[in-house]
Amino acid sequence: MIVMSESEKPVCLKSYIRLCAVVFLVVVCTTSAMIATSFSHIGEGWTLKVALILAIAVVNAFLVAGYLMHLLSEKKLVYTVLAFTVFFFIGLMGLTVWATNGFPPGTATH
Amino acid sequence: MEIPYTIQIRPDTGLYNAKLGIWLFLASEVMLFGGLFSAYILLRVGAEPGMWPHGWLNVTLGTVNTLLLALSAITTLLAWAACKVRDFGKFKFFHACTILLALTFLGIKSYEYHDKLIHYEVQLTNGKFADGHLVEKSADFDLAKKTGTVTLHGRIVEDEKELMDLRAIPAEKPAEITVAAADIKKMENYGPKHNTFTAIYFTLTGLHALHILGGTLVIFYFWAFGGAMWKTDPERFTNRIEVSGLFWHFVDLVWIFLFPVLYLT
Repeated sequence: MIVMSESEKPVCLKSYIRLCAVVFLVVVCTTSAMIATSFSHIGEGWTLKVALILAIAVVNAFLVAGYLMHLLSEKKLVYTVLAFTVFFFIGLMGLTVWATNGFPPGTATH
Repeated sequence: MEIPYTIQIRPDTGLYNAKLGIWLFLASEVMLFGGLFSAYILLRVGAEPGMWPHGWLNVTLGTVNTLLLALSAITTLLAWAACKVRDFGKFKFFHACTILLALTFLGIKSYEYHDKLIHYEVQLTNGKFADGHLVEKSADFDLAKKTGTVTLHGRIVEDEKELMDLRAIPAEKPAEITVAAADIKKMENYGPKHNTFTAIYFTLTGLHALHILGGTLVIFYFWAFGGAMWKTDPERFTNRIEVSGLFWHFVDLVWIFLFPVLYLT
């Protein structure tokens, strides 16, 4: 059954079920890839593995946000709100990384 | 007074009000979890070399929970799509699946918490460490009075560092160890105050679990009591399902990063 939504885009349950099946399959694959990377012997230490695992997690997140949350076809205002969020989130993480080795004078370090 | 733009699109935003509201809320949620992830980074890079735990969490259970949440995100989307095509029966079915998946997720999470709370690290007076799950405490066990014994299912190591990277140690069959209270210097379970890893683990996953619980209650409300609004105002009900679905997808998104950060790295 197909009906028109308020944004005049047709909604078809069967096509959504197909889309969801594909998304779930890819999520299973990306999750397996993360686990395989975690237990592999890539590089020395954890740095490269963490980078790879987080890169795969970003792909996973893109699928959920893009397809399940419909972010690939949202209104401009939603993108504006998210652009501000990304800006402040990057600022927060940037400050964290910047401050990582910046101990105040007199702080006991190992 | 009638609330405006619950169904109609507001001309200046291009969205109905609740949808703009949930996106603004989710933006604040990103910063909330962002702050905690930031704390995680600082704790991890600030840990002494070799003292950041690896392999402390059960990857199998984490993977199952990842797939459960992914499935629940899908059933949430399908519940909304069922509303769009005016099939209330399918909506009920898909949302019932979401609730069951969410409760299973919480059940597994509770099991993991319980597993950590009965897991003890015991510092012995001879400098060694006994580590394992609690089997039993003798009736007269009292750490302060140094009476009685405690039995753990685990192992004894020479150095605390040997307990940090559980993936690095060869698979050793755990055995039952009985320790006298008189030989115990310090005994602590793997609760939030054990070390910075368990602190941030319980904080991050606890906050996430609270989000799951809140989302489940909202979804259950729509599932159990949504029939009345469905009969009178199906379009408005559908929008409510979309908004709750966006929140649920966000909760899934947070777990997509929590799982690799805590379980895999």
